[in-house]
Amino acid sequence: MCLAMPVRISQLLPDDMAVVDMDGVSREVSVALIDTPQEGDYVILHVGYAIGKLDAEEAARTLALMDQLAASQSEATP
Amino acid sequence: MKYVDEFRRGDIARGMAAHIHTLVQPDRQYRLMEFCGGHTHAIARYGLTGLLPDNIRLIHGPGCPVCVLPIGRVDSAIELALRPDVILCSYGDTLRVPASNKMSLYQARAKGADVRMVYSTSDALQIARDNPHKQVVFFAIGFETTTPPTALALIQARQEKLANFSVFCNHVLTPPAMRHLLAAGDAVQLDGFIGPSHVSTVIGSAPYAAVAAEFAKPVVIAGFEPLDVLQSVAMLVEQINAGRTEVETQFTRAVTAQGNAKARSLVAQTMTLRDSFEWRGLGQVPHSALAIHPDFAEFDAELRFALAYRHVPDHKACECGAILRGQKRPQDCKVFAIVCNPDNPLGSCMVSSEGACAAHYHYGRFVEGQPA
Ligand code: SF4
Repeated sequence: MCLAMPVRISQLLPDDMAVVDMDGVSREVSVALIDTPQEGDYVILHVGYAIGKLDAEEAARTLALMDQLAASQSEATP
Repeated sequence: MKYVDEFRRGDIARGMAAHIHTLVQPDRQYRLMEFCGGHTHAIARYGLTGLLPDNIRLIHGPGCPVCVLPIGRVDSAIELALRPDVILCSYGDTLRVPASNKMSLYQARAKGADVRMVYSTSDALQIARDNPHKQVVFFAIGFETTTPPTALALIQARQEKLANFSVFCNHVLTPPAMRHLLAAGDAVQLDGFIGPSHVSTVIGSAPYAAVAAEFAKPVVIAGFEPLDVLQSVAMLVEQINAGRTEVETQFTRAVTAQGNAKARSLVAQTMTLRDSFEWRGLGQVPHSALAIHPDFAEFDAELRFALAYRHVPDHKACECGAILRGQKRPQDCKVFAIVCNPDNPLGSCMVSSEGACAAHYHYGRFVEGQPA
C-alpha cells in the first residue's frame, strides 16, 4: 500500500484538486500538499494525494548517468 | 508510463549489473537492507538478486506498514468495527491482516460490521458527511508518505465541524525504526541501507544523517524502479569500499534534503510524537509513531472510544517478526506457501504485495537457488 507513482497534471481544478493522467486514464486527485502545482507538472501520487513534484531535469540526469555506465560496460566486455 | 518505463530498461539493467560486478571487492561481504517493502517488491519482481554478485546480500527490512502493524492494533480496529454505531474505513490491505481469534476486518465484515475500504482519506470524510447518524472512524496506518493525507483530513474535518468523524492513528516513522534495528547490535549484521524514497519525498533525506553518522552505516535514498535499486546498490558498494558512511540520494528526481515543507507542517499541526509504539517484530520502539495532537483531540478515536492497547503475541508458527528484523527469509518459515499463502495469510508479511512473504511467494520461489 506504500506504492506511489508518477503522474502528469493535465488540468487544475478548484479547491486544490487536479485531473491527472495515468497511462491514458484520468483521475481526480488532491494537490493540496504541494506548492504551486502547474498543468504539465509530474507529481508523485500516493493514496489520492500528490506528495511531491518530480524534477524532469534530474530524471534525465539520472538516466543519462546510468546509460553511460551501462554503455561503458558493454564496451569493456564485448 | 513516463518516468516508469525508462527506469525498467533491461539493457541498462544488465550494464548496471556488470558495473556492480566490477566494483565489488571479492573478499568483502556487502549486507544491504532494503528498508521499504516497495524495494522488496521490485527486487523480487525483477529478479534483481540474480543479477548481483554473490557477496552482495539483500536483506528485507521492516518497511511495510501493513506488516509492522501489531495484532493488538488490528484487534482494536476490529473492536471498533463491531460496534453497531461505527463505520470503520481503512485502506485495502489492512482488511486482510490476521488478528486474534482467527479474526480480520474482512471477517468482522462478514459478521455484520460496517467496514469500508477507501482509496483516500477524502473518501472517509465523504462517508462521514453521508452518514451523520453513524460514527465514522478512519483506521490510519502507514509511514511518512501516508501521514500528510491524514493530517489534511483532520484539518478539513475541523473546518467542516464533522462531529461524527475520528481517526484511529497508527502512523509510524522510519528513522527511529532504522535506529532501533542498528541499536539491537549483533542481532543483524548490516553494511548499509537502501533507504526509503517516497517517505523521503515528504521528510527529505536529512533525517537519516544522524542515524548514518551515529552507527557509521551508509544510506542511499533509492527510487523504486529496478534501475533505481541497481544504481543505489552501486552507490552503496562505492561508499563501503571507500569507508564512507554518508546519506546519499539516488532518487534525486523527487527527493531533496528538506522534503516537502508544506506536508511536514500539516503533520506537525495535527499529530504529536508518541513516547513509544509497538511494531510487529521490533517490539516497543521509542518515539517511533504519531498520535493525534491534543489540539485535535476531538477527532482522536482512541480518546473518543477509550481504546486501550493490549499486546498480543504473533502466531507461534509465523516468522514475520524475525523476517521484519532481517534475521530470517520467507523460505525459512515452515508454513510458507503451505498453510500460509496470499489467499489465506497466517501472518502479515503474506498480506500486502510489499510484504516479504507475499513478494517471495509471487516472484521468488520458483527461481532456483535464489534467495528472496
Ligand atoms: S510465510 Fe506466513 S506464517 Fe510464515 S513468516 Fe510469512 S507470513 Fe508469517
